[in-house]
Amino acid sequence: MEFSIDPSSRLPIYRQLGNQIRESVARGRLRPGEQLPSVRDLSRTLVVNPNTVARVYTELEREGVLHTRQGLGVFVAEPKADLTKRARKERLEELLDGLLTEAVYLGFSAEEVVAAVTERAGQFQWSHA
Amino acid sequence: MSDAIFTQRLTKYYGRRPVVHSLDLRVPQGSVFGFLGRNGAGKSTTIKMLTGMVHPDSGKAFVLGEDVARLAPATRARIAYLAEGHPLYRWMTVDEMARLTRSCYRDWNDALLEQILDHFALPRRGKIRRLSNGQRAQLSLALAVAPDPELLILDDPTLGLDTVVRRDFLESLIQLIQRRGRTILFSSHILGDVERVADRIGVLVDGVLRVDCPTDVFKESVRKIVLEFGRAPPEFPGCRGLVSSRQVGVDLELVVVGFGDEQRQVCEALEPRSIDVIDLNLEDAFIEYTRGPRRSLPIFATENRHVERARTQGAA
Repeated sequence: MEFSIDPSSRLPIYRQLGNQIRESVARGRLRPGEQLPSVRDLSRTLVVNPNTVARVYTELEREGVLHTRQGLGVFVAEPKADLTKRARKERLEELLDGLLTEAVYLGFSAEEVVAAVTERAGQFQWSHA
Repeated sequence: MSDAIFTQRLTKYYGRRPVVHSLDLRVPQGSVFGFLGRNGAGKSTTIKMLTGMVHPDSGKAFVLGEDVARLAPATRARIAYLAEGHPLYRWMTVDEMARLTRSCYRDWNDALLEQILDHFALPRRGKIRRLSNGQRAQLSLALAVAPDPELLILDDPTLGLDTVVRRDFLESLIQLIQRRGRTILFSSHILGDVERVADRIGVLVDGVLRVDCPTDVFKESVRKIVLEFGRAPPEFPGCRGLVSSRQVGVDLELVVVGFGDEQRQVCEALEPRSIDVIDLNLEDAFIEYTRGPRRSLPIFATENRHVERARTQGAA
């Protein structure tokens, strides 16, 4: 798995790395159960402070994206649906409203937005629930 | 956690000008501290006071828990210092320089030195004067690291190095950080490097420490606010955290630390057409922050101890 850091970005390094891992998992480039590089190795390859990498792993573990197995390393966690169906639907609608508001202001039609969503959705890894 | 470096109102005058003014610096053990400031801001003078090469006019400096003015030789041996420009005896060979440096220390890790010299592929029998700037920097780092110091102080270590050598140098630094409990203070002008390796940054502006906080906090706190008026913009009345305000055509551009509801209300009261809040990268944040009107710069730090001082200085 290749990650990259750009210090000229406006995002702090821990956010850049966190977003990249989250996105890799969401797109299925990193599969559940797959092992991530150790803090030491990733810090060396990316040339960033090991504390930054450790912080990203800790945050993603709290979010349920990653999972540490004592003595073995850090792995991609199995997806879990701990929110109720209704809570998840509400959260999705909330996110959609934000997206649709932006799309209206950008001057797209409803059809164009639906087509764009369908196209992009093909690039992600979906659960079969 | 104890502090590897701790200064109390450290002050140095060159002539009548305070180059370092009442500096309270605190570098926790095990952290990597990026020490920033423009040329002449007082970074090198501060570093020289920390290493005992320059005596402060007032105030105190403590390293590894001891007063710098009365540093025991055993403590001194636990501190490594890389001077600006990597001064070495140019007529010596790499091996000779290593032997000389070794004789000054009780603890010396030969294996580590060998490993670093190999990593950089430095010619052992090569005369130092024949080395490139990059190789001299690498040799200095290798020699500084060989005694396995607890505290490493680096004065602009990557100055004049090309991109590839700089990356190599940073990689070695990262490896050093991975040896637990080591504290590093380094000054630099290359903000990208600082962001990669520093846990915390301190920004010195005209001898005064104006920023002392985690690197991310600084990057996420300094914002540029663009108020669009579509007519000649009004004078900005000022708000908490304001670094600078200037008129750019029909816009008013502000740089603000910690832009929130309070500041937004001040902006909205001016009735602009739009308010854009722009994130900055570390380099831009640093530039905007250090070129503002100096005296009124908001001091920001995550610790409360600075709040009190900010008030006294604001009142002065």
